[in-house]
Amino acid sequence: MTTPAIAWFADLRITDRPTVGGKGASLGELTHAGIEVPPGFVVTTRAFEQFLAALEARAPVRAAVAALDAANLDAVTTLSRALRRRIEEEPLPAPVETAIVHAHARLDAATVAVRSSATTEDAEDASFAGLQDTFLRVPGAGETVRRVRECWGSLYSVESIIYRRKHGLPEDGVAMAVVVQAMVDARTAGVMFTRSPTTGDKSVITIEGAWGLGSAVVSGEVTPDRWVVGKITGEISVRDISDKHIRQVPAPGGGIVDEELPADMRTAPALSDEELQALRAVGRRVEKHYGRPQDIEWAIDKTGRLLLLQSRPETVWSAKDAKPVAAASADPLRHVMNIFGGRK
Amino acid sequence: MSDKIMGFPLPSSLSVVPGTEAAQAAYPYYTQFHEGDDDRFWFYNSMHFPEPMHHFDMITAEAAYCALGSFNTRVHVLPTTKGIDHRIINGRVFIGGVAVTDPDEIAARTAEFQSRAFYYYEHWEELYARWKDKMRALIADAQALPVPSLPDLEPIETTHTGKGIAANHALIDTYRKTLEGYFRMWHHHFEFLLLGYGAYLTFFDFCKKAFPEISDQAISRMVAGMEAEIFRPDEEVKRLARRAVELGVDAHFTDGMDIEAVLAGLDALGNNGKAWLAELETSRDPWFNVNVGDGFYHYHRSWNDDLSMPFAALPGYIAKVKAGETIERPMEKLIAERQQLIEDYRDLLDTDEDRATYDQLITLAHRVFPYVEGHKFYCEHWYTNLFFNKIREFGDLLCAHGFFPEPADVFNLTHYELESAIIDLMLSWSSGSAPVGPRAWPARVAERKAAIRVWAQHNVPPALGVVPDVIDDPAIVMLWGITRESLDVWLSDGDGDSRELKGFAASSGVVEGTARVVKSVEEISRLRQGDILVCQVTNPTWAPIFQKIAAAVSDIGGSMSHMAIVAREYGLPAVVGTGSATQKIRDGQRIRVDGGRGVVQILDEEPVLEEA
Repeated sequence: MTTPAIAWFADLRITDRPTVGGKGASLGELTHAGIEVPPGFVVTTRAFEQFLAALEARAPVRAAVAALDAANLDAVTTLSRALRRRIEEEPLPAPVETAIVHAHARLDAATVAVRSSATTEDAEDASFAGLQDTFLRVPGAGETVRRVRECWGSLYSVESIIYRRKHGLPEDGVAMAVVVQAMVDARTAGVMFTRSPTTGDKSVITIEGAWGLGSAVVSGEVTPDRWVVGKITGEISVRDISDKHIRQVPAPGGGIVDEELPADMRTAPALSDEELQALRAVGRRVEKHYGRPQDIEWAIDKTGRLLLLQSRPETVWSAKDAKPVAAASADPLRHVMNIFGGRK
Repeated sequence: MSDKIMGFPLPSSLSVVPGTEAAQAAYPYYTQFHEGDDDRFWFYNSMHFPEPMHHFDMITAEAAYCALGSFNTRVHVLPTTKGIDHRIINGRVFIGGVAVTDPDEIAARTAEFQSRAFYYYEHWEELYARWKDKMRALIADAQALPVPSLPDLEPIETTHTGKGIAANHALIDTYRKTLEGYFRMWHHHFEFLLLGYGAYLTFFDFCKKAFPEISDQAISRMVAGMEAEIFRPDEEVKRLARRAVELGVDAHFTDGMDIEAVLAGLDALGNNGKAWLAELETSRDPWFNVNVGDGFYHYHRSWNDDLSMPFAALPGYIAKVKAGETIERPMEKLIAERQQLIEDYRDLLDTDEDRATYDQLITLAHRVFPYVEGHKFYCEHWYTNLFFNKIREFGDLLCAHGFFPEPADVFNLTHYELESAIIDLMLSWSSGSAPVGPRAWPARVAERKAAIRVWAQHNVPPALGVVPDVIDDPAIVMLWGITRESLDVWLSDGDGDSRELKGFAASSGVVEGTARVVKSVEEISRLRQGDILVCQVTNPTWAPIFQKIAAAVSDIGGSMSHMAIVAREYGLPAVVGTGSATQKIRDGQRIRVDGGRGVVQILDEEPVLEEA
């Protein structure tokens, strides 16, 4: 019970996943490795547990969820609604609220991103992808606290409950950490794969990016520009510049909004060659740090600063067995017959 | 587009351009398309023969295919292919492979190949050392051949020594030895070439399987050698620049200088000027025996015959030396970079088996590739220059006897016709009467020169005849880079954006600038700092001007061409093998070169007019 309610990225490692979730631990690990990420802190599972204890004291939460049948949608929906209302109404334990407000003040960011970072005892957080809420451009401490509460609530959304019940995940092990980090006013943002998503080639880095916030790329609302860059050589072998009809930008007073783009910007590349090389360099560093290929979310702010928002291990190609591409032979000349021996 | 016929015309459907029939008929009978050729696939060898062929220059095709085919068919015994047949129409050389398709024959040839080619691989270093000795001896023989000349009367020594042979006999003797040496040189040329490329391609093939998206360029950089003779001429120019500064004679070298005046000025200057001229002489022999093309045309002159290229580079190199820059190739750094590249890719391999194969194949490629890089200096440059210059001497002699108006007109005769003209001259010298040639050749020469001008304006299809399902001929794939995929591109040519040209991505980087379309070496003085060089063929002999330009684009060449290697060393974006850059890009246009993707874009709507 020594875990504090708040943990700063700089103090976290990947091994802190149980208390700060996959997203929080990854941001901590990147910070530790000297890779620039938007500064921030994590509202730990300890804070969540304290909050949940207060809730449980009034009426059971976990036991009620554990008793549900995933097939009974009506029951799940009813309980979900009830729990999310209780989560919204339950006052935060005073030490937790104070810790978040103080940390928010120390972060000193105009607006923040509030991102769910769930954790379970025995499942990779990747399996939760898409089931958790993220709130962008949240203004002020009060609003931040409200969004943290909503992230906690999303743990009891209909989809999340059904997912856990279907997979038989024990409710006791399920907890929600929440990442709070300075919002990047992105000029360009996107994703980067340090292994080709199409061929599994580990010698190239695929970069996708579009104007504005990365949410437009991740959600698929914009077809991003796409580049393929030699991981080792830096040569840019593919440049697919797409028609990017909109970008997502900060809305006045918080949140984000779609903005139409003028014709010249729609078809202009969203990244310069120098930026592609900077991305390649960071991608290689992260991959080397983790010792395996990564899927990375990144943003470049208005001043041209490159920041990583997230890095996850690549899972699709890495799950396949590594088979030799050529049958080994003691005599290298046997391989020469691949060229001279005719089409097999 | 809708009325486009997807296929290539048959050879029999091609017609000789009206008015050039006699010039066409003058090519040897065995190079004319004939019955049966419609059943085969042919492609225009624009890589080696991008311009209409002078009748004499066809000897290069003949000698090269004689040798290439011999080694493929009967020496190394390649399992799936024999040699190359060639034909000429409208001055353009078409070639066709001879595939082996019978499985039993392939099996029998495979056994032969493994006992013969494998012997070469196993004894590569020893055989290559022997090769260099053979080439040096051949070059010495060619250099020893006398200048053909006919005295009025035989020198008295002929009498006193009892020589018993008169001077006219030396003409046929020298001529036949000149031809014999050229045919022999091409045999040497092909002794190792296919096997060298084969080992390189084996590594290439493995890399493409292990790293499906790897660029050709990255593989080339891992294989490329550093110490090939062909890098040396440029290094000599750098050495001369440094010596000019050391001797304090550097002020003599300026952009657009009159070379003859500079040489005379240095000679008049005294010791330091003479010292520099002596340095120049040591560079010229042998390193300036490089020509500015691929050595396949008589008019691709060598640096020794025309000093424009090396001298154009001197002012730039001198400025760099004076600024304290290191202009010499950083050998240790280049070697370390190559090693790093090899290790970095190796680290990405997943299995021990693949790492073992990778090590074997890169080792083999490094063993054999020096030949692929090194032979050109001896064959296509040094020997070819000696050869064409010897023929030029015959041109001088025949011209002096009125056979044709210009000495270079000699190249409008086939090598058979040239022998007959030489015999005509020998007969007239012996009989004391006038030769017949002056009445026969001027008209024919004029007719052929006109035909070449007409043919240069006339486009030919990239290929003829039946399109094969697969191109499975390692020689054609290796030497010409032709695959079924590239045929499909040819078939669909014209559908794409005419303002965009595609070629081999030879050296990465994106640059925009002014295109300088340089069609001959005489034009290189037009290049200004920061221009983009657009030319037909580039080879390492153009390296000295790479310091001046922002990017390079060529019609011909592959990603393993020397030009590509040198461009990478200079960090100069380059796209090679575009096919038609010198035709589609106008001088002065703004273009964008993307050397990482192999794309050139024309940015201007209209060509910019040349300044007067």
